[in-house]
Amino acid sequence: MSEQHARTAENEHHIVSPKTYLAILFALLLGTALTVLASYFDLGEWHIASGLTLFWNPVVALAIATCKATLVVLFFMHVKYSSRLTKLTVASGIFLFLVLIGMTLADYTSRAWGRW
Amino acid sequence: MEEADHPHHEEHPSYQRHHFESVDQQFDATNFAMWLFLVTEVMFFGGLFASYLIMRNWYYRPFVEGSHQLSIFWGTANTAVLIVSSFTMAMAVWSAEVRRKGTLLLCLSLTLLLGFVFLGIKGIEWHEKWEKHHVPGIHQYSIAAFLDPASDPEVHKQYPDDQPLPYDLAQKTEQYFFLYFAMTGMHALHMAIGCGILIFMIVRAKAGAYTAGHVTFVENFGLYWHFVDIIWIYLFALLYLISRHG
Repeated sequence: MSEQHARTAENEHHIVSPKTYLAILFALLLGTALTVLASYFDLGEWHIASGLTLFWNPVVALAIATCKATLVVLFFMHVKYSSRLTKLTVASGIFLFLVLIGMTLADYTSRAWGRW
Repeated sequence: MEEADHPHHEEHPSYQRHHFESVDQQFDATNFAMWLFLVTEVMFFGGLFASYLIMRNWYYRPFVEGSHQLSIFWGTANTAVLIVSSFTMAMAVWSAEVRRKGTLLLCLSLTLLLGFVFLGIKGIEWHEKWEKHHVPGIHQYSIAAFLDPASDPEVHKQYPDDQPLPYDLAQKTEQYFFLYFAMTGMHALHMAIGCGILIFMIVRAKAGAYTAGHVTFVENFGLYWHFVDIIWIYLFALLYLISRHG
């Protein structure tokens, strides 16, 4: 019985307040405005090595999108207040996704199968 | 043994299934299952995202000029609509938690309405692609706007630097629109399913199903709705924004 109590206390259902939701809403709308604004400027590029160039526009757009997604996951989806099991599930999901994308792209970009 | 179990059994709220020890356990198990489903959804959309990145790398110019056909205005408007709908959905979860039936009904209805607005705007955008013969595979796909950008004055005015594409590359814009329709279409299908479940939830909420302490369904549907919002946040960046300067 005491074990049951301990478990319940750890996973106590946390109610996120409307104030927090409202703050996240404004942060997300601000992020949207920023990413649209940024897309109107040519942010240039970085020549790392010959044949390897990093364009800043997509980097900035994806960075802002990731910030917005993180806010949604942590607050709207309550992961910040969830059990460690949920946190681990989300983290391993993202990790597996990055591994699959990373491996696939590494394969496609490193093969000597000519230019299209 | 059975006598000892019986009074315990009486304590169950009606919404607790018999195979769970407690309501908390039931909530945790259901919530965990929902997250596992969302991870499979990440992998599903991940395949589309990976194809898009690879194809865009291969056919860079066609993908950039194909992307210039999209309207930043409608894309931004739809992003805002979806973000606000995520907010109203989060507020619906809150309303269920604090057992306010009126607020819950209002929030669910607003979420449904915003979902319809999103699909409506998506419809406007798709219809424009149909009219310009930019739907791949059917309805005589046209590469005219890419062979000669000046033939499409509206887009040409916004992107005066777009060069005419050689014939073989102009044909590859069809690949861009194929992925555009596959990704936004799959996303819209998720939205439509979400709207259907919202209608079901509004009916159940009216009967008081979610304001008597049992918030699991609202909470888990909220996870689904926010997940669909996240997919759009990335679609907006990848399809609309990153090719403005290419």
